Order: sequence, then structure tokens, then C-alpha cells
Amino acid sequence: MKNFIKTAFTYLDARFLLSDIAQFAKKKKVPEHKHSFWYYFGGICLFLFIIQVITGILLLLYYSPSIDSAYESIHTIMGKVKFGWLIRSVHSWTANILVGAIFIHMFSSFFMKAYRPPRELTWISGFFLLLIFLAFGFSGYLLPWNELAFFATRVGTDIAGTLPVIGKSIEAFILGGPEISGATLPRFFWFHVAILPLFTVIIMGAHIILVQTLGMSKPIGLPEKEIKEVPFFPNFILKDSLGWMIILALIGVLCVFFPWEIGQKADAFAATPLGIKPEWYFTFMFTTLKIMPSHVLFAEGEILAILGFMVGGLLWMLIPFLDRNAAKEKKSPVISLIGFIILLYIIIMTALTYLHPRL
Amino acid sequence: MKELKNRENIFRFILITAIFLFYPALSLAQSNSCIDCHKELEDELLAPVESFERDIHRQFGLSCTDCHGGNPAEEDIDLAKDESFKGIPKRFQTPEFCARCHSDSSYMRRFNPSLRVDQEEMYWTSEHGNLLKKGDTKAAVCTDCHNTHGIQAATHPKSWTFPWNIPQMCGRCHSDKSYMEEYKISTSQWDDYKESVHAQALFEKKDLSAPVCNDCHGNHGAIPPEVTSIAYVCHQCHPSAADLFSQSPHKTVFDELEISECEACHGKHKIVPPTDDMLGTGEKAVCIQCHEPDTKPYQIAFRIKEKFDGFIKKIETADNLLEQADREGVEVSEPKFRLTEANTALIFARNLIHSFSLEEIEGKVEEGEKVADEVIQAGEAALREAKFRKSGLIVATCFIFLLAVALFLKIKLIEKKTPAK
Repeated sequence: MKNFIKTAFTYLDARFLLSDIAQFAKKKKVPEHKHSFWYYFGGICLFLFIIQVITGILLLLYYSPSIDSAYESIHTIMGKVKFGWLIRSVHSWTANILVGAIFIHMFSSFFMKAYRPPRELTWISGFFLLLIFLAFGFSGYLLPWNELAFFATRVGTDIAGTLPVIGKSIEAFILGGPEISGATLPRFFWFHVAILPLFTVIIMGAHIILVQTLGMSKPIGLPEKEIKEVPFFPNFILKDSLGWMIILALIGVLCVFFPWEIGQKADAFAATPLGIKPEWYFTFMFTTLKIMPSHVLFAEGEILAILGFMVGGLLWMLIPFLDRNAAKEKKSPVISLIGFIILLYIIIMTALTYLHPRL
Repeated sequence: MKELKNRENIFRFILITAIFLFYPALSLAQSNSCIDCHKELEDELLAPVESFERDIHRQFGLSCTDCHGGNPAEEDIDLAKDESFKGIPKRFQTPEFCARCHSDSSYMRRFNPSLRVDQEEMYWTSEHGNLLKKGDTKAAVCTDCHNTHGIQAATHPKSWTFPWNIPQMCGRCHSDKSYMEEYKISTSQWDDYKESVHAQALFEKKDLSAPVCNDCHGNHGAIPPEVTSIAYVCHQCHPSAADLFSQSPHKTVFDELEISECEACHGKHKIVPPTDDMLGTGEKAVCIQCHEPDTKPYQIAFRIKEKFDGFIKKIETADNLLEQADREGVEVSEPKFRLTEANTALIFARNLIHSFSLEEIEGKVEEGEKVADEVIQAGEAALREAKFRKSGLIVATCFIFLLAVALFLKIKLIEKKTPAK
């Protein structure tokens, strides 16, 4: 057996340069210090993404992307397919945990100034990954074709439609027409299983290569003696795996005790249910739009808020180039404070959505 | 194109000027001395003017003179009250007074072709009309139910004759003990009705098709239904139960004994929501009102109740199982839907009670029980599935925990061998 493995490895090594990769992994060092806990969220995101891919592929076996059968196929998955309830619940719960993990990963990288040169592209690719996973969430939410998803999607796309000049075109492109219809579901499905995964593979590939080649960033101002280094393989990878185990157990508990609901089938002619809101990770924007006055000076409040989020997002993406102090390995408390205010704003607005739904 | 625009502008100018010039003249021509004078008066002499503002007759362009005669164009009170002036009709004159128009089909067609024109004719057949004919002016006349000057269409929610205002409107007289004393009839109708299943439907569910006083007693031809006709009144809305009863052995006996059919078990104004306790031989059962113990009908009543209790218990068991499975997160929408079939069978079986046929009732109950049994099985399977999921979770979590502990120990071992530098 040992001989067979050795022969197989030699064969593959000659073709895939496995020894070089193993050598690279052994030589690669990861900084270890009092903040290194946050490094593990990158690995957790990757692990959750792998779960998403596997469960997504399995769901494809039974899911039918048509308004006449989507809801019914979800019923079949949840009620008739062996372990279908588990696969769908894992997919849905993981999707939510993944977005949460991405936010944690992003803010921890921000506060540790991990975006400073030469890691600007790592930050930017990470930012794009966030956008892609938000799009995954938005498109995936509609796929069960239930009432909540239908109306929440309508609210979301209506908001996009209010943008000046291009709003209506964007809305029509997303929906495949002026409103959510039979054309929308296949389009969302196409985004969800073809276009977004394609972009994910490309950008995530770039993100991982950048992380591997440039290594982990060390926080600014931490004395050198407080920073140690451990081998990436096996030390860091094993600790990463420990985190994955914990997350996996958590997902299992959530799925058994709180299987993802099916809800009522979407009815385009029904009245919008009270308290309709998008997925939790969009609620900070949703509540902002709700509390905005109808007009601010001469501009419409809603449009102003959307433009504000767009400009804010752009500045957030360009933070490596704006934070000049961090680029010079100096502390930048103003940028940190801004980041803290943004984080606080997101938390407060998200909490308000659930604590004061009639806001 | 420009010329056409100019013409349009000239036309608009002429129209606006004409409106300004002729408006005072138009308003003078429309002046009504009845309203002008009564507006200056107080209390009951002012009230007609205020009430008439919302009157249906005003909306159709009618005015004081159409009912009361006189000449409203004259400003002098004596000239206005000319020979055509009729003044206020006496109570006994009221039906005829209103019927001058409301019984005239060609006149009424101009305003509301669908409105009946037999109100007066019907009225004189009513108990109210009979009493009025005998000179009893306490009997209700048109204005007592429809108001005097604030008359509104029966379809208007604020109208006295709108369904949810009718019981209270009739109760104004019929619940007044001193007013009704001389007629020696009950005054509890309104209080009884308020507790009825019909009142629940009307006031709580806002179901305007729920019966109110006039649906059973008639409106203009209002009379108390006789023993023989009560059933026909109920049959209007409950035809299935009525048909079953008509074919049952009870029908002949009730007719012979002159027992009113529906009322005997369900009451009249206080028709409370029927419950299964009305069946059988228990304290609240209506069957034991007539049937003695140890008789065959008594046994049948007992058996029917027993059948129902068993069936209802099965439905409750199935429902509880599904609720429990649902709470445990197992998808049970299909058996839940299936359970509605059992509930439908229960509704059918409850209706079949009016046939008093044990065979028919048993047949329907057994049909429903079969469905309920299937749902119970599905519910039990769903609970087994929930248990399996939890067991699976425990096994998986234990496995993950052991793996995590092994990993942790391995990490510690590696760190001991190659400490961080």
C-alpha cells in the first residue's frame, strides 16, 4: 500500500509539482500575536463557501427554477427528499453565517490595517467578494418563490429603480422586465448558479493567491517581540480546521432545531405583508431609507441615501489609497474612528429594523 | 394650429366671464325660502334643514316642496304657504304621504328603477300597519325606521336600515319595556340577538349577509313568523340542513305536535353557536328535551354523540401531532392539508345530524376517521423523524467534538515540538 501511495505521489508530483507546493506550505510562516484570532475568519469564510458549493450542487438535483414549480420543488426537498431538509437548511444557514463571517473578516482586516501596501489588491478583491456574496444572498433569497422573498425582492429592486437616469434600466435588467415575473426567477437562478460562481472563482482565486504570496499582515505598532511566527502547515491549518469543526457543529445545531422555513407561496396579486424586510445584512440600508426625510434640500431623500451608500462603498474600497498614514506604517486613529462609527451605524440600524419594525 | 389654440383661449375666456356674470342670477333663481327661513330658527324647526343636507332625496335633486308643497320661491311666509302647502303629515298619514311617490313606479323609475314600489301595500299587511289601521299611532311608520329628514339609502353604512344598524333600530321600540307593555310581547329580542351566532357574524366578522331582524320578519311587511313558517325562514340560508330535516322522521312528528322545527333545538333570537354538546344525552343535549332514557331514539342520540366524540378526538390528536412535528421543524404541510379533508368530513357529518340517520352519520364519520388515522400516522412518522434528527445531531456533534479534541491535542503536540519563534 505504501509503495502504491509513493508511486502515485511520484507520478502526480512530476506533473503537478506537489513537492514544491508542500515545500512552500512548510516554509510559509504566519504571524502569531494577541490579535491573530481574527486571521481565522478568512479560513472560516472559505470553509463556508465550500459548504455552499457542495449543498448548492445537491439542491440543483431537485430544485426547479420556474414560478410554477420552484416553491413546490422546495416543498419536495424539505418533505420528501432524504436529508433534503438538512441540505437546504445547511445551505440557507451557511449563507447567512458566511455573510456575517465576511463582515467580521472585513472589519478585523480594516482595524488591523491589513489593507496597507502591498496588500491593497487583497483588500479590493475582498471588497468585491463581499459584493458578490451579497448578490448571492439577494438572488438566492428569491429562489424558493415564497411570499416574504417575493415582496422583499420587490422592495429591493424598487429601491434600485429609484436611482436617477439608470435606475429603471438596472431594475429591468435585474428583473427581466418592469416587475417581478416569470422572467425574473430563471434570471436570478442564472445569476446565482452561473454568473456569480464564475466571478467568485476568479476573484476568490486572486484573493487567496494574494494572501498566500504576500502572507498575513502584521498589525501596526505591535512590538516585534510580541509577534511570533508559526508554520502555515501544519500549525495554522490545524488551528483553522479546529475553527471549521466548531462552525460545522453550530450549523448542525441550527439546522436541526431551526430548519429553514418554506413560508407561503408567492402571490403577485396579494397585498404586501406587513413588516416586510430584506435579509438581515441589507437591513441597515433598508432602515436608513425608511428614516430618510422625503426631501433633503432639493434632492429626494431616498436617492440621496442610495448615492450616499454608493459613494461610501467606493471610498471604503479605496481605503488603502486614502489611509496615507497606514501606508507609511503609522497609526491612523481618524480612519479607525470612521470605521468604528460605520460599524456602530450598521449594528444600530440592523438592530432598529428588528426592535422597531414600524419605524 | 396656433389659430386653433387662440380660438380655444377665447372660448375659455367667454365661458369664465359668463359664469361670473350669471352666477348671482342663477343662485337667486335657486333660492329656497323654506330653507332660508328655517335656517334662522332653532331646535326642531332648524333640525329639518340640517338633516336634509345628508338626505338621499336631496341628492336626487328633491326639495322641501316635493313633499310638503308650498311655494319656496316666495319670500313672504304667507305667500310661500299657498294652497298647495301640506305641512307636517299626521302619523297615521305618513305611509300614504311617502307612498305618493314611492308607490308610483313611473315616478320612481326616474330616480331608482330597481327600487320596489310596493312598500305601502306591504306595510298595510304588516303588524305595524294593522295596528295603525286600528288607530294605534304608537305603531311604527316609515319615519320611525327611515328617519324623517336625514333619510339615507339602505346601502349607506350610517343609514338606520343598513344591516348592522337594523337590530338596534328595531330595538329602540321593541326593547323599550314601557313602550311595549300594552302589546304583551317580549322585549328581550335585541339582548338575545346580541348573543347569537348571527350577531357574531355581523358585528365581529362584519359579514353583512348575516341575518338581522328584517331577514326573518320581513321589512315593510313585518310580521312575527308562525310556528309553521319559522323553518321556512331558516331554510332561506340553511337549505341543506332544512332538506335533511324535511326528510327525517322528526318532520312529521314536529308538524303533528306543532313544534317549530329549527327553534325547538336552536332557539329563536338567541341562536347561540351550535356545539357538539347539543348532541347526545348529556346535560346540555337538546335530544333529551323530548326523548326519554331507554328509548331507541335516546340510544341513537347517545351513539351519534359517541361517534362524534371519537372522531373529534382523532382530529385533535392528528392536529396536535402535526403541530408538535411542525414545532420540531419537520415539514408537515402535506398531512396538514390532508387533515382539512377530515375537518370537511366533520362539517358534513355535523350537517347530517339534521337527518337524524345514524347510518348516514356513521358513514360520513368513518370516512373522515379514515383520513384522520392516516394523518395521525403521518404525524407520528414526522415525530419519529424529529427524534431521528436529534439523535443524528448528537452522534455527529460527538464525532465532531472528538475530532476537535484530537486536533487540539495534535496542535498542542506540534507546538511543543516546534514552538513559535
